[in-house]
Amino acid sequence: MKPLHRLRGMMNRRRALDVPPVTAERLDVSHGPILYIEGVSVSFDGFKALNKLTLYIDDGELRCIIGPNGAGKTTMMDVITGKTRPDKGTVFFGQTLDLTQMSETEIAAAGIGRKFQKPTVFPQHSVFENLELAMQADKRVWSTLFAELSGEQRDRIEEVMTIVGLQELSKGRAALLSHGQKQWLEIGMLLMQNPRLLLVDEPVAGMTHQEMDRTAELLVSLAGKHSVVVVEHDMEFVRSIARKVTVLHEGAVLAEGSMDDVQNNPRVIDVYLGA
Amino acid sequence: MSRTSLVTQMLTNDRGGRVFLAVLATVMVAVPVLNLLVPESSALHVSTYTVTLLGKYLCYALLAVALDLVWGYCGILSLGHAAFFALGGYAMGMYLMRRIGDRGVYGNPDLPDFMVFLNWHELPWYWHGFDSFLFAMIMVVLVPGLLAFVFGWLAFRSRVTGVYLSIITQALTFALMLAFFRNEMGFGGNNGLTDFKDILGFDLQSDATRVTLFAITGALLALGYVLSRYIVSSKLGRVVIAIRDAEDRARFIGYRVELYKLWVFVFSAVLAGIAGALYVPQVGIINPGEFSPLNSIELVVWVAVGGRGTLYGAVIGAVLVNYAKTFFTGALPEVWLFALGGLFVVVTVLLPRGIIGLAGQIKTHRQAKASKQSEALT
Repeated sequence: MKPLHRLRGMMNRRRALDVPPVTAERLDVSHGPILYIEGVSVSFDGFKALNKLTLYIDDGELRCIIGPNGAGKTTMMDVITGKTRPDKGTVFFGQTLDLTQMSETEIAAAGIGRKFQKPTVFPQHSVFENLELAMQADKRVWSTLFAELSGEQRDRIEEVMTIVGLQELSKGRAALLSHGQKQWLEIGMLLMQNPRLLLVDEPVAGMTHQEMDRTAELLVSLAGKHSVVVVEHDMEFVRSIARKVTVLHEGAVLAEGSMDDVQNNPRVIDVYLGA
Repeated sequence: MSRTSLVTQMLTNDRGGRVFLAVLATVMVAVPVLNLLVPESSALHVSTYTVTLLGKYLCYALLAVALDLVWGYCGILSLGHAAFFALGGYAMGMYLMRRIGDRGVYGNPDLPDFMVFLNWHELPWYWHGFDSFLFAMIMVVLVPGLLAFVFGWLAFRSRVTGVYLSIITQALTFALMLAFFRNEMGFGGNNGLTDFKDILGFDLQSDATRVTLFAITGALLALGYVLSRYIVSSKLGRVVIAIRDAEDRARFIGYRVELYKLWVFVFSAVLAGIAGALYVPQVGIINPGEFSPLNSIELVVWVAVGGRGTLYGAVIGAVLVNYAKTFFTGALPEVWLFALGGLFVVVTVLLPRGIIGLAGQIKTHRQAKASKQSEALT
């Protein structure tokens, strides 16, 4: 079946030709949640990274996901962004968009942005250019060749530079930014795509305290207009931003609720301290 | 920002390119004048041999620009770019073969000499159409472009990158070399295509034709350079550099990485094909040796020596290394390969950014020294 499936993929007009992918207009959040993960299982050589994971993210919420190493946090991100295909289960973005059937690029275009653990920006480009590249625009080859920045787009880039606090470094090469500044630039790059859902993987790893506070402010300010999912190890940081926390363990949800509920949950204490 | 401002911006930001274009323009005016108008007895006279030699260098320079575009900007180290050059050359060679007509050794009006020699009775189907110059020129662009498209489509969508891609491009040119060596292929086998008489009715041996070919090569090099510069200064150029530096990131942002690579690769192959087509009438022969993997590697050395990722660096590298080659193979033939190898080692170890990078290194060194001195003074 697999080769046949791949062949069909090759024949797919959207993939074979340079046709713009599905846009966010079709996103339907009328029932509340923006992301539905239902019964998702993924295994690598017998190891179950995700085990019938079921999780809903509401539109506009800021959700923190915590869990010990190997709990399946990164695999979950991979499944949502299309990097890994689930063996079982469904992943829906809004009511209509089936993420398991979409390519990574299509998912990105549909409005899901992901920030990686290690900041990856384009080192040889300036801060401005990094944001310009990330901007939501016609990303087909020929239109990119003749693309020119409109005044509106320029304003949007300036606006995002202000949000992430890098307006003074506009012309500086990204390679020369500090670790924290790179993380913010990357968040800025996500914002340029006007995503509905932001996936943020360990945003404060390796940051100083001041940088952490700024990052917390930034993420909190983004919620509402965007839905934000933060995967983080640093409990202090999670406490400073979290409204609702989900604990993952062995590929499934162990507990969900406010930070205090979760911290007093005996099963959570068991997993974190008992082992 | 309007289109014209983008072009002016492109030229004002490219100081090296302006110098290069100015030098090229001077050479393109001076060389024909010194060849055609200055009498042979004069010390300033440029011999037709030199004109052809310079023309050859310019073809190599265009080829080097093509490689720099994919290697320096897109990070695709192609070790088979000479294959596209040779294919463009063969397309031109086929046209020139058809121009010979009944002036060949066997005097056969319908078949080239090597086919008569092989006892063939009719022209293979793929030789049809090459009587027409226009058709041949279309093929010069189409054949390398199509090969690059098919090859790139398969390689890039399977996400073959880095050293693996280099190896399969090397295999590609090697396979083509073996294929073109076979007489049954119908491209003259070992001997290739040669003994050309004229192009569009102009005698290939005459000084005027040679100078014209030289001038056309120079003009196309300038055009190829400006087009390439436009591409790397456009947003597409920034995307391509982004792909070179962080491919996954570019994909997540929503760029179809494989299509961008494919586009640049095909454009580069077409430039290489045009360079090959200009090369053949000037040197008067095209044979399977042009597909040799060594040629592609030498090409990489030119670009590395000049400094990749600048375009004009590639031109400097191509001209300098080939001038050195001409000099050494004439004066000390046995030393050349050692010199080439040594050059590559020196550049890799000491000049990672080539000659162009050296200029930058000296500048920063001087500035550091100057600031030290001014510190000492105060």
